[in-house]
Amino acid sequence: MKPVLTPEQAIEAIKDGSSVMAGGFMGCGNAFTLIDALINKGSKDLTLITSDTAFPDVGVGRLICQGRVKNLVATHIGTNPVSGRKMNSGEMNVTLVPQGTFSERIRARGAGLGGVLTPTGIGTEIEKGRQKLTIEGREFLLEPPLGAEFALIKAEVCDKFGNCFLPMATKNASVVMAMAADYVIVEADRIVEPGELDPDRISIPGIFISAIVKAALPAGNLADANLSWTPKN
Amino acid sequence: MDPKELKRIRIVRRIAQEFPDGALVNLGIGMPTLVADHLPGDRTILLHSENGFTGLGPRPAKGKEDPRLVNAGGQPVTIVPGGCFFDSAMSFAIIRGGHVDYTVLGALEVDEEGSLANYMIPGKMVPGMGGAMDLVTGAKNVIIAMEHVTRDGAPKILKKCTLPLTAKGEVDLIVTDLAFIRVTKKGLVLEEIAEGATVEEVIKNTGAKLHVAGKLGRF
Repeated sequence: MKPVLTPEQAIEAIKDGSSVMAGGFMGCGNAFTLIDALINKGSKDLTLITSDTAFPDVGVGRLICQGRVKNLVATHIGTNPVSGRKMNSGEMNVTLVPQGTFSERIRARGAGLGGVLTPTGIGTEIEKGRQKLTIEGREFLLEPPLGAEFALIKAEVCDKFGNCFLPMATKNASVVMAMAADYVIVEADRIVEPGELDPDRISIPGIFISAIVKAALPAGNLADANLSWTPKN
Repeated sequence: MDPKELKRIRIVRRIAQEFPDGALVNLGIGMPTLVADHLPGDRTILLHSENGFTGLGPRPAKGKEDPRLVNAGGQPVTIVPGGCFFDSAMSFAIIRGGHVDYTVLGALEVDEEGSLANYMIPGKMVPGMGGAMDLVTGAKNVIIAMEHVTRDGAPKILKKCTLPLTAKGEVDLIVTDLAFIRVTKKGLVLEEIAEGATVEEVIKNTGAKLHVAGKLGRF
């Protein structure tokens, strides 16, 4: 059985300067309650590893806007203009990684691999500082594993062994992140007894989860924020 | 309808004709997204959304949005019967592994070797590549949907891209408001021109050598 903690207890070990992975894609699947707790705690100088920086008022986007992130590893920051401003001013170090490479590097850490070979980035600036290998006549870049001290995961349902169900498009990078961090906190809308979840429909095996928190903020506040956003061509 | 909108519709309608029955297609943000509204009704085409599902459907009615179901731009969408959800590693295995048949993307520049620049302008626009590099590298066919020239009238189809590349030598087709151009080993082949456009106009607005096909189509 995994400990069911308050948000404050669960993030207690996250210190200024800690490395934190956050699941979610454009806010969809961000752990809102845990992010809120980090903001309230005053955490700063974080290394944040996340797919994108969402929108200024949504999920991980708030950590950026409040200046809590010193180093950011992400695939896309274009929907949160504050990220670009902080990158250009030098206030935040930003490393941009192709999204497929991002997922596989994290998976590699969780799967005990020494890295991955990907054709993505060949012939581009991504090549800089990377070793190139030719396999079966095709060039690949060697990309190292990517891990963190903490991961913040959002689930709809979690049982007390940590087994998680992540519905629809909320799975995104959370599944691999849960494998690749030392301490994995899951925030669930519902916490149920072992056996209540169908073992055939588990998105993340409970063995990866360190602590469970009951979600205090509904996933529903995402839609309103996103509805007001339209992409620029 | 305003002329700019008509131009865009001509581009995306032509591109939609390229997909055979059963194709798995990924559409980028912006003009490529409009391709979804013009898919031929006589074929089953499945759309892939890189944030983690196949079967991307239209935006739901107001009040029916589900915060758990958004597209790669974070906007509420639906899933059609036959679609399925997966995580990011699976989504990009599908992309990079060559299981996506077509991807349609916009471009800042594209060149005669099929190289594409569409993810950054150093010092000006650095949003990150998101899934674009994986899509261009992994999809079986890469189609570019764009205006033929920049807002200032400069060619976007060049002998060699000047901006940082998204991928090298991966583009197969370029469809613009003026022309339908195929990227081949011997260079760019002008296969079709848009209604109202002339071959001279296309050549004048293209910064690379164009081979004009023997039988020129119209779209």
